[in-house]
Amino acid sequence: MAPNSSNGAVAPPRQARSRRSVWGERAIELLIYASGVSAIVFILAILFFILREAAPVLFSDRFSLTQFLFSTEWYPTSASNVRYGTLALSAGTLAVTVLAMVLAVPFGLGGAVFLSQFCGPRLRESLKIIIELLAAIPSVVWGFIGLTVMSRLIVTYTGAPVGVNVLNGGIILALMSVPIIVSIGEDALKAVPDSYIEAATAMGATRWQLVFRVLLPAARNGLLAAVLLGVGRAIGETMAVLMATGHAVQIPHGILDSVRTLTANIAAELGEAPAGSEHYQVLFLTGVLLFAITMLVNLAADLIIRGVRARK
Amino acid sequence: MNAATPKIAVKDLSLAYSGTEVIHGITFDVRPNEILGIIGPARSGKTSLLRCLNRTIDFIAGARVAGEIRIDGADIRAVRDVHALRRTIGMVAPLPVGLPLSIYDNVAFAPRCAGLTRRADLDPLVERCLRQAALWDEVKDRLGSLGTALSGGQQQRLTIARALSHQPEILCLDEFSIAIDPVTTMRIEDVLRELRREITIILVTNLTHQARRLTDRTMFLWNGRIIELDRSDVIFSDQPSRQETLEYVNGIFG
Ligand SMILES: Nc1ncnc2c1ncn2[C@@H]1O[C@H](COP(=O)(O)OP(=O)(O)OP(=O)(O)O)[C@@H](O)[C@H]1O
Ligand SMILES: [Mg+2]
Repeated sequence: MAPNSSNGAVAPPRQARSRRSVWGERAIELLIYASGVSAIVFILAILFFILREAAPVLFSDRFSLTQFLFSTEWYPTSASNVRYGTLALSAGTLAVTVLAMVLAVPFGLGGAVFLSQFCGPRLRESLKIIIELLAAIPSVVWGFIGLTVMSRLIVTYTGAPVGVNVLNGGIILALMSVPIIVSIGEDALKAVPDSYIEAATAMGATRWQLVFRVLLPAARNGLLAAVLLGVGRAIGETMAVLMATGHAVQIPHGILDSVRTLTANIAAELGEAPAGSEHYQVLFLTGVLLFAITMLVNLAADLIIRGVRARK
Repeated sequence: MNAATPKIAVKDLSLAYSGTEVIHGITFDVRPNEILGIIGPARSGKTSLLRCLNRTIDFIAGARVAGEIRIDGADIRAVRDVHALRRTIGMVAPLPVGLPLSIYDNVAFAPRCAGLTRRADLDPLVERCLRQAALWDEVKDRLGSLGTALSGGQQQRLTIARALSHQPEILCLDEFSIAIDPVTTMRIEDVLRELRREITIILVTNLTHQARRLTDRTMFLWNGRIIELDRSDVIFSDQPSRQETLEYVNGIFG
């Protein structure tokens, strides 16, 4: 502004325009601010409504939080002695999720690296289309595959008495998470500046050295986000695990044991629990527990990223 | 012509990017332990020529190279280990590219890729390279901090240290001083004169003064053709053999 103000003839219209653009700027800022805030508001609202349904039982004397968290006895409809222990359900979620991640993270990240570095542009485009198609398969379909195809395969090859168990659920969840990890991971790797790649190859780095010493460290945060979204999908998935894990409330002792997860339990029982009953309220409390677990995973990831950054 | 075998012999080199030829069959030699300057207006193909030398051109989709480049008599297209070839050439790009690693790891990158892992071997090497790039005194207390957190000029010197870290026989500098202040540039030029005793240097520069100060011979490249290649005192005199050279050097054309 200042250099132009000496030119009296031009100054007035210029100022008018700039005032209008200031208002435009304000409006856009406000809009962005509002959408940012609304995301937080929605999450808080969800938490509030779940908590409201769960609150009566949480504060009643008959309910023990310790039992809820650390007991394996889940007998919500027992006539004589009702018990709400979710430890077995949490263990089921944990077992299936961990197995799924053990399978999905190496394959997912490996696939992302392959797509970004080791394959030609035409193959890359075709593979990406296929991967996006895989990500769009509804979870009921995955559950169905688990229940029929996968379960038969597991019985044949492991000799397990039933094919619906931790292994089955883990594989199905891995199959569901891999496409997400691959496509987001590939985006993260693609965002690494070409100049890094050029500099490293000019210094004689081989492709593997390039991948391990430059690409993976440089794309660290994006890759972690990819893995986290995969974990999120695995923890939150309901339909597929309901169908593939066997629905037995117990702490698994091996990957061939049947389990039930927190999510599957809510899906299976909420329809039968009379609205407002104690059972119904406890199921909502289970929802709060899931919410807390997801928060913890995100928090842990955040701390890991910060720890890695601080160390550098 | 010098009787000794040339360090680099380029014969009929052409380069096309997806069908568009940008270097049109150039032939020249680089002698051992000389500093060869390459001058020429923008888009004349200087950077592309350097990319051909260390075969990073292989990564550019659609680039097609014809002709022959020999380093120490060996055809670079026939070398068995292209990574080893790239390590014999140090490359400094015009804009600094600090890898997202610590200062130490930036300099130790190439030696580590080549298999050197012992701290006792790496430490003195890193120190020597940083000293040669006139950066040691500024960073010796914070070798562990991120290379990308240095100032632009410091990052550029970091890339010079990195280019020296794999003990190259040939050092290519592509307009290395555009991000560096004059005083530091002078210090690095001193280092280049020093290095010249051991290695061969190719210096792409737009600063005719720099080329005049530093180089033994100078090549004037224009639109992918060599207009003139001669001793620098001829190129920068009042009577180079080509009129275009005189005009370019004096800033009349280009
Ligand atoms: N990756 C690429 N793909 C396609 N064309 C390219 C590519 N890199 C360079 N070119 C073209 O090749 C020609 C020579 O470019 P080059 O970068 O080698 O010139 P230069 O002499 O280094 O220029 P400057 O002095 O601006 O750095 C230009 O016409 C440019 O557009
Ligand atoms: Mg250039």
